[in-house]
Amino acid sequence: MEKAKHNLNKDFYGKNLSGIEIFVRSLIEENVEVVFGCPGNAVLGIFDALMEIAGNSIKIIFSRHEAGAVLSASGYARATGKPGVLIVSSGPGASNVVTGIADANMDSIPLVVFTAQVPTKLIGNETFQEVDIVGITRPITKHNFLVTKISELMETIKSAFYIATTGRPGPVLVDLPRDVMSEKFIFNYPDSVNLRGYNPVYSAHAGQIKRAAEIINNSSRPVIIAGGGVIASNASGELRELVRKINAPITTTLMGQGTYPEDDPLSLGMLGMHGTWYANMAVNESDCIIAIGSRFDERITGDTTKFAPNAKKIHIDIDPASISKNVKVDVPIVGDVKDALKKLIPLVKTLNTEEWLQKIKKWKIEHPIKYQQSKEIKVQYVIEKLRELTGGNAILVTDVGQFQMWTAQFFKFLYPRTHITSGGLGTMGFSLPASIGVATAVKDRPVISLNGNRGVQMNIQEIATISAYNLPIKILIFNDGHIDITRQWQELHWKRTFDEILIDKACPDFMKIAEAYGIQSFRVETTYDVEPILKKALALRDKPVIIEFKTAYEENVYPYIPPGGSVKDIIEH
Amino acid sequence: MKHTISILVENKFGVLTRIAGLFSAKGYNIESISVGPTEDPTISRMTIVTNGDDDQIEQIIKQLNKLIDILKVVDLTNEPFVERELALIKVKVNSYTRSDVIEISDIFRAKVVDIGPTTLTVEVTGRSDKITAMINMLAPYGIVELARTGVVALKREFKGEVYDSKEIKAIKRKAKQAQKNTTSNDEKTK
Repeated sequence: MEKAKHNLNKDFYGKNLSGIEIFVRSLIEENVEVVFGCPGNAVLGIFDALMEIAGNSIKIIFSRHEAGAVLSASGYARATGKPGVLIVSSGPGASNVVTGIADANMDSIPLVVFTAQVPTKLIGNETFQEVDIVGITRPITKHNFLVTKISELMETIKSAFYIATTGRPGPVLVDLPRDVMSEKFIFNYPDSVNLRGYNPVYSAHAGQIKRAAEIINNSSRPVIIAGGGVIASNASGELRELVRKINAPITTTLMGQGTYPEDDPLSLGMLGMHGTWYANMAVNESDCIIAIGSRFDERITGDTTKFAPNAKKIHIDIDPASISKNVKVDVPIVGDVKDALKKLIPLVKTLNTEEWLQKIKKWKIEHPIKYQQSKEIKVQYVIEKLRELTGGNAILVTDVGQFQMWTAQFFKFLYPRTHITSGGLGTMGFSLPASIGVATAVKDRPVISLNGNRGVQMNIQEIATISAYNLPIKILIFNDGHIDITRQWQELHWKRTFDEILIDKACPDFMKIAEAYGIQSFRVETTYDVEPILKKALALRDKPVIIEFKTAYEENVYPYIPPGGSVKDIIEH
Repeated sequence: MKHTISILVENKFGVLTRIAGLFSAKGYNIESISVGPTEDPTISRMTIVTNGDDDQIEQIIKQLNKLIDILKVVDLTNEPFVERELALIKVKVNSYTRSDVIEISDIFRAKVVDIGPTTLTVEVTGRSDKITAMINMLAPYGIVELARTGVVALKREFKGEVYDSKEIKAIKRKAKQAQKNTTSNDEKTK
């Protein structure tokens, strides 16, 4: 019985413990370091026990809103690769985390969400603060559980962590009725899981790898597309090795940024709707696409019938359902990206891509990503300055909007897990809470939260959390008086009826907000002031700072491929 | 095209909703769904009949396979399988039509399971199209109530001997020869 895997638990194996204590000791067994959450009536006992038992070994971050807490857990998971752990109360506490779970599900982020539930006898009775969270989150979780018996608790927690972090990672929810948590059971945390319906394939098929290698070896215009799966599999090193061995240009999706240094001559930057002209053109003219850990989202393909029409397509993905879902591929390779690349690299030869690379080099000179500098602050300029001042050694947590795309275009990411962003769901209000999770985990790099004037208001209460824990996050707010990217779409696709999206009039004074939360702040109104203020803010290493930039009024993100369009519809400027 | 998909699942609460939810989330219609425990009480078998083109069915099967509680998914459509459905049909009858309804039921090998002064309830099993045919035959008399179970299906086990193409040719040749012999014998007897 005595297994003593964890020192803190060594005296408790085989002992009769309450559900709450079993829960906390299970988190200790799972080596959880940080727990995010919000206190609430139904979870007070859990938090109490957590502080008492796990005290120094598990840090608790209390958010101001569950919607923020779940995104903080997501930010933590995105920055570390470890599962983000969240504990919230029943009813509204649980229903408030829905958006964050959907967000993690779209981006394959490992989350383990614990929700409190009313006692089992009262489930279904419209009890006070009851909600069927397992039912609500069924389509947006990788899996979810309702624990109905204390005897299932440990096995369920073990399974939840296992499912969240293996295969294609994703969010798992565990609903914990109050009576189950107060019952007693013998503590004996399992070593392994028993899930006969869940066997993710890690090992890539050798035959398919061989077929892929043949296609690559016969190509003269290869292009590699790297997605978030490369980051999830920690395969950035292998990816770099492959790129250098075959001399192929590489483009990434938004989620794949940082898997390959974007200042390298072989990097094409990001592709897709707001990707570089040359990345989209290279994909279009390629004879061999090697898509790695990317699901061919419509934001990168546009019209799938016109996507890379002349290329043989190789697709490596751990999720078999992702293969040929959007784009039909010639060689599917199901398995872990790292394993597949390790097997593929020895089989490919150094290609003679000189002619192809020369062509791309010419494109880069003829069609660079650029913007018009002006007295009015351009976000692109701020991003370039950030890159310069941090040497690319910062973690940028972007919200959703034009500045997100400009960050993707102009920051030139060097390392994986340095662009933390909501890719699949496009969750506004993501950045502030996510940056809390990132700053909790990362101490050696500046954490910069980039926001628009609307997104920052969607989880503005989390400034209080940042202030309370004195997390040294640099909060940038780009205020163009509009809902930026919505305005761009209004301009390009609709009738420029901007009334609904002009939020200048009711926009709060962010300096006063900063003051109210007790955070130092700066307002920057001219291009001239951008650099000195950024320097000043970055120098305040151990404090949070809010900087508001009054940016150019009607600036658009280019290049731009309209939705459902193809590379032929690209608007450059 | 119509597809019959057989699924083995963990016998746990919520599994049916998970599967039905997957279909509805993708916008696919379920024509029939039936579920019950198997020889192993921890496992249930679900039979789903659905419509879709090859790409849609491929996606459905891949997505089903992703669900944690699903143990096995087989599309039976392109292999031999046994398919049965059960229906209970309550038909309006009077003293003149009662014998007609019983006669029709006999033809379909259905059983009369309940009889009343104005109705007759029959139980019928078979392939879905047979049941539909029987319902169509009884419709003119007036169907009062109807309950269909949805299809259950199992893969057929091959019990015959296996021949290669050469052997099959030889068998055919022998059969032809035998036929010739019998005809010539017949002629002789004539």
